[in-house]
Amino acid sequence: MGPTPSWLDQRLLVFTGKGGTGKSTIAAATALFAANHGKRVLLVDVDAKQSVASLFEHAAVDFSATRVHAGIDALAMDTEQSLREYLKLNLRIPVVGRIGPLAKMFDFVATAAPGVKEILTLGKIAWEVREAIAGRAAHDIVIVDAVASGHVLAHLNAARTIRDLVDVGPLRTQTDWMIDILEDPALTSINIVTTPEEMPVAETIELIQRVRSASRAPLGSVVVNRVLPELFTRDDEVVFETLRNPSSQRLVVDEFGSAIIDVFEGARLAVDLRRSRAEHLDHLRASIDMPTIFVPYQFGSLHGLRMTTVIAQAISDEVL
Amino acid sequence: MRRDGHGEATLDRLLSAQEIVVCCGSGGVGKTSVAASIALGAARRPGVKVLVLTVDPAKRLATALGLQALGNTEARISAEVLAESGVVLRGELWAAMLDTKQSWDALVLRHAPDETTAYRILNNRLYHNLTARFVQSHDYIAMERLYELHASGRYDLIVIDTPPTRNAVDFLEAPQRMAEFFGGRLLRWLTLPYRVGGGRGARMVNVASRPFYQIADRLLGSTFLQEIAEFFLNFQSMYDGFVQRANAVEALLHDRRTTFAVVSTLESAPLREAELFCVELRKRQYLLGALVLNRVLPETFLSEHSQAAAVALGNDEGAIAESLAAANDLDTATVRRVLGSVAQSFERFGAVAQHERALRDQLRDPPSVVATVPNRAADIADASGLAWIADHLFART
Repeated sequence: MGPTPSWLDQRLLVFTGKGGTGKSTIAAATALFAANHGKRVLLVDVDAKQSVASLFEHAAVDFSATRVHAGIDALAMDTEQSLREYLKLNLRIPVVGRIGPLAKMFDFVATAAPGVKEILTLGKIAWEVREAIAGRAAHDIVIVDAVASGHVLAHLNAARTIRDLVDVGPLRTQTDWMIDILEDPALTSINIVTTPEEMPVAETIELIQRVRSASRAPLGSVVVNRVLPELFTRDDEVVFETLRNPSSQRLVVDEFGSAIIDVFEGARLAVDLRRSRAEHLDHLRASIDMPTIFVPYQFGSLHGLRMTTVIAQAISDEVL
Repeated sequence: MRRDGHGEATLDRLLSAQEIVVCCGSGGVGKTSVAASIALGAARRPGVKVLVLTVDPAKRLATALGLQALGNTEARISAEVLAESGVVLRGELWAAMLDTKQSWDALVLRHAPDETTAYRILNNRLYHNLTARFVQSHDYIAMERLYELHASGRYDLIVIDTPPTRNAVDFLEAPQRMAEFFGGRLLRWLTLPYRVGGGRGARMVNVASRPFYQIADRLLGSTFLQEIAEFFLNFQSMYDGFVQRANAVEALLHDRRTTFAVVSTLESAPLREAELFCVELRKRQYLLGALVLNRVLPETFLSEHSQAAAVALGNDEGAIAESLAAANDLDTATVRRVLGSVAQSFERFGAVAQHERALRDQLRDPPSVVATVPNRAADIADASGLAWIADHLFART
């Protein structure tokens, strides 16, 4: 089932998920998928771990959008740079020279004040989306490799938090248009990347509940990454078990030598892995009512752009 | 720990000299299970009292240990629960979870100069946010709890599972950052206008010329800014206690009785982070005791004989499908298809195993103890699962 409304019709795709589930890979692959369909993409790396750049075999990127692939510009979030840009664009405060001490101070306040730090990230993203909608930007769609599921709600809620806290001032006024963009399901979707394992599934279900109860952010799809292929049909699995009886195993050992036992044990492990994961998948399916996209496990040593390309194709197969 | 004339370096020997093991690594590598298994393995020694302090255990793991109702207080894993899974320990295994909010509150109550100030802080809406979202607050509070538990003298060994961080190094810097935060000139500077202006509630007329206040005022409005400053003023009263404590925590982590175990899977991204972490630990002169490679595919996938056998099986050399079908009263085409899948699966996982081996061979300067835990299809459902991991962790290689 593809995401509704289609990712390609939206302006802002946010990807979050538990650490280790492949959130950055999925965000980068979705960017490539969108670019392959003629979209001009701005890919935002919020964690600034630079994984996004390496997924396109590109050197590290900074706060200014850099072309990393045909149709894809990428930038790494930097709250100090974002503050500088904000001051210039919105308050007409030209910040010349070193902003360091000021940003440090701001950082300090932002540590305690809810939403202040997050708004610098979210504000930049929303601004890029607004520019895209107005046709003033070099991109049509913004794809965000966001913070992990434990912290994403604070980001999603930043605009509302600020509006509730700050009584006057430009920051408050600006939250209005940001909220309009961020909470419009036609424009925006929050997508959750997970794997068919116990903790990622539990965290996904919990995050969906929290997003629904504590924010108005529009949920999009759940992307289940690293799904193992089914080795046997149910009937064939029975045959496989039959073939593991001692007399049959003797037959194969006579033919191929004792090493063949390891080959059967390997298949046993594959079946067990698949089965324990299927359990978690069933639990996920039964617990959520969102479109689900399955991305197959990649055997072998895929990395960099090759990995991105293969996953983008898998996403395309699922979504279209 | 060095290799010496008395045999290979093992986790067992490493732990016999330690009082604290800090398990770290990136998210999703099975850190919590490994931490619990190290604790369980160590508790096999007679008379030893071991505590595992975890941050966010998987439900099944928690249930496995009978921990569902556990908060900040430590609880002993009952011998009955362990015996049900066939695990017998000669020592004691204890467990505790980290409740961040509760730990922070306890910290404030301990360090505030008086009760009024303590409750003024605890009831401030910024406090709630600070504790929930202070950069590295989880890290700091985990280390703080560790310090407290260690100082209690109740345990021979404490194994701590570190919270997931954006950056592995973050929690190492947490105590120092905490000390700097409260001792910082920034904080004094920020609260200055309120202090010179006559204490709480004073307006910041006299500082209007400072660019920071000018901008912050325009951004946030003065009421909000004032609230922030008031909060910091209260918080600052805890300065001495906090800094002293942060320094003590820092010293404990550097102590030779504390060792670090870096956990990773043999996948590119987590391993890159693990290696980086090893480098950072050494650079900061922490004791890097062990590297745990978790969920590693069995060696059999790498054997040339097995690989050749898999290829032959897939090609159905010797028309084995026919004789197998006849012997088991099955359809030959079906048997051939199943054998083909068995062979294909072996080759697929073989490719993954080879990638894992390559990554392992490329490890730069690993610590003397490198423990490998095989990939286990089943989740950890009870203590026997932990015992299984412990068997591999403590195995002599």
